[in-house]
Amino acid sequence: MSVMALFVTVGACLPIGFIVYVAVQTGWSTASALIFRPRVGELLVNTLLLVACTLPLCIVFSVALAWLTERSDLPGAHLWSWLIVAPLAIPAFVHSYAWVSFIPSLNGLFAAVLISTLAYVPFLYLPIAATLRRLDPALEEAAASLGHPPAQVFLRVVVPQLRLALCGGGLLVALHLLAEFGLYVMVRFDTFTTAIVAQFQSAYNGPAANMLAGVLALCCFSFLGLEMRLRGHERYARVGSGAARARRPAPLNVWKAPALAGLVAWIALAVGVPIVTLSGWLLQSGAAVWRLQEILPAVLETLLFAGLGGVLATLAAIPIAWLSIRAPGPLQRLVEGLNYVVGSLPGVVVALALVTITVRIALPLYQTIATVLLAYVLLFLPRAIISLRASLAQAPVELEQAAASLGRTPLNALWSVTVRLAAPGAAAGMALVGLGIVNELTATQMLAPNGTQTLATAFWAYTSELDYAAAAPYALLMILLSLPLTGLLYAQSKRTIGR
Amino acid sequence: MKFFLQLIGAAAALIVSSSIVTAQDASGILVYNAQHVSLTQQWAAQFTKETGIKVTLRNGGDTELGNQIVQEGANSPADVFLTENSPAIALVDTAGLLALLDSATLALVPDNYRPASGRWTGIAARSTVFAYNTSVLKQGDLPKSLLDLADPKWKGRWAASPTGADFQAIVSALLELKGEDATSKWLKAMKDNVKPFQGNNAAMKGVNTGQVEGAVIYHYYYFGDQAKTGENSKNVALHYFKNRDPGAFISVSGGAVLASSKKKDQAQSFVRWIVGKGGQGVLRTGDSFEYAVGKDEASNPKLPSLVDLQAPTVEPAALNSKKVTELMTAAGLL
Repeated sequence: MSVMALFVTVGACLPIGFIVYVAVQTGWSTASALIFRPRVGELLVNTLLLVACTLPLCIVFSVALAWLTERSDLPGAHLWSWLIVAPLAIPAFVHSYAWVSFIPSLNGLFAAVLISTLAYVPFLYLPIAATLRRLDPALEEAAASLGHPPAQVFLRVVVPQLRLALCGGGLLVALHLLAEFGLYVMVRFDTFTTAIVAQFQSAYNGPAANMLAGVLALCCFSFLGLEMRLRGHERYARVGSGAARARRPAPLNVWKAPALAGLVAWIALAVGVPIVTLSGWLLQSGAAVWRLQEILPAVLETLLFAGLGGVLATLAAIPIAWLSIRAPGPLQRLVEGLNYVVGSLPGVVVALALVTITVRIALPLYQTIATVLLAYVLLFLPRAIISLRASLAQAPVELEQAAASLGRTPLNALWSVTVRLAAPGAAAGMALVGLGIVNELTATQMLAPNGTQTLATAFWAYTSELDYAAAAPYALLMILLSLPLTGLLYAQSKRTIGR
Repeated sequence: MKFFLQLIGAAAALIVSSSIVTAQDASGILVYNAQHVSLTQQWAAQFTKETGIKVTLRNGGDTELGNQIVQEGANSPADVFLTENSPAIALVDTAGLLALLDSATLALVPDNYRPASGRWTGIAARSTVFAYNTSVLKQGDLPKSLLDLADPKWKGRWAASPTGADFQAIVSALLELKGEDATSKWLKAMKDNVKPFQGNNAAMKGVNTGQVEGAVIYHYYYFGDQAKTGENSKNVALHYFKNRDPGAFISVSGGAVLASSKKKDQAQSFVRWIVGKGGQGVLRTGDSFEYAVGKDEASNPKLPSLVDLQAPTVEPAALNSKKVTELMTAAGLL
């Protein structure tokens, strides 16, 4: 098992290894001339500004939304929380497409921050809402009894307990901000990712693109490191006997109307604008844009990629997830950590590395479906590991031992007992990976076999020609494919806290 | 272990079978296409209808696909390469990867639209224009030369798509006409002045909505939009620089057969078809609005005559995409 886990991990480290290799091969003087130039500084400022503006906004909004739906006596809280998560089903570049159709002059940092905030708040909302729901009210009551007014109780008792959720969700948002391509192209905001794609389009996999990819990878790693430091080592589990008492929702009183108005406004911006503009395009162009001989193959290929990618990522996750439950240790932590690091890399970086590797060394794999699938596995392996690990942990090792004592080989026992028990988690993991693949654009564009078109790449090809009407069916189909997966994600976040 | 091997085997079988499903039709030719997808799709569809030869497209940008072919070298799966502009195809030619075209093909195109080497040919042409917003700019305010746009008074007022092959071709003409120093100076000034857009369509839309006063693009974006709804060009007019200015540059789209192609006959027949009656007819009657370059082939009647545009004389095969990318990277535009 360790051997397989190591094998998967070594494979996962290929892209990083190649960036380093290309840097060494380029030579320091050329590399430094390509890295330390004003344009890179500009991109760095842009990218950091984007994160610095978007992340705090996302945190404020998601905490406020989570408080309203989880802690207050807001009418219809269940429905609202569904609607708040719903933007997840809309790919970020479709959000952008909707906003640019809605206000054609929208561009620059403001537009980038606005659209990213609307698109990425659910990533923070889900963990924060889950944590808020689970907090023991006794702590807050103790603080209140010591004379703290409610606002101070929230800041001094509740917010610190949200730390893990804020760090985890915040990291996820930050990594998405670094990796997203389509959203920022449409509002003409240059980040590292858009610049790498521009270099790729100008010079294929030249050294300039690879150096930019190196800097972007460093940005990702520093966010990972920062998150690890901020996370801290405090204890968050509740102390005391019995179960936490259910809390009474905070009465909103006169604030009920403004709170509802705010929620309506939020949903109008985050869900309403995309849905309205999309249906506008669809109604306006009618049946003419439903070119089924183009759309059906794109749907099939998207499903094929998503299905195969999901299965492969889950298979690759088995050894790592199994180790982390059955045989944790320093090696296992290293292996698991490395996979998360690779998973944090933007699609464009992984794709660039794979293009270079296949064209130079592994030519038979060049432009084949195998390479695209490998990219998907590298990008989305963490999603599969996390889901699988959670349900592997619930499968008792004794059953495996019993199977072994009845004559099964260890691997056979693992398969016939543990893996089957872990099937729900594996299925959830596959769904998450599939969701990622359906909405993946940059890596697919760079690696897809000749003549293949997914929903995302077809959508992008049409929007690049400003044919927004012809792009609309593809956007709709991506949303329809993502909805059930988003629903699953939502249900899972509810279930993990036992409701 | 046996079980796991079976599992991996099953996964591998799945991949192989699905790659058969998705792979190109082995019976036809593979075209690396940097031309507008809709135009090449029309070409391919008609060609397939007339000859029965299937055509699979791999779409991308000029220099992206050009550099890709160079990387692939003799192993390139491509049979035919079609570009929007000359620099990328010249790049592949310089690498020695193109086959000599049939003399019957070359006979269809006048000498000024193809290099003397005979290893690629012009298949269509496009003119550089300054598209401007008619409610902001009057005739008298228009730049006399492309070089004027480097003037500080044009700061923040004009747009281009510097990441696109079209604009990079215009820069390559500037480089050929004015030399490296002047070009690099112009590009540095451009970095201060320009509002970059992704794609010429987007730049024209920016002119139309008044985000910028003008944009350096190619002519056909305007005619194409006018022929559709005109919603992205209703406030736009075209200014042709003329006068042999670098801004009057006519860019030649190229077509070539790869030396490594294993289906040379079919590939040759596709390129011959494009520069012949069929392909040039699509340019005349379709909605691409690119100029036809075949001998005695008229362009779309809505377009101003090519000879009236007073283009500078530039040898298409001399255009240097690599140098342009370097200069633009150094100027911070890429």
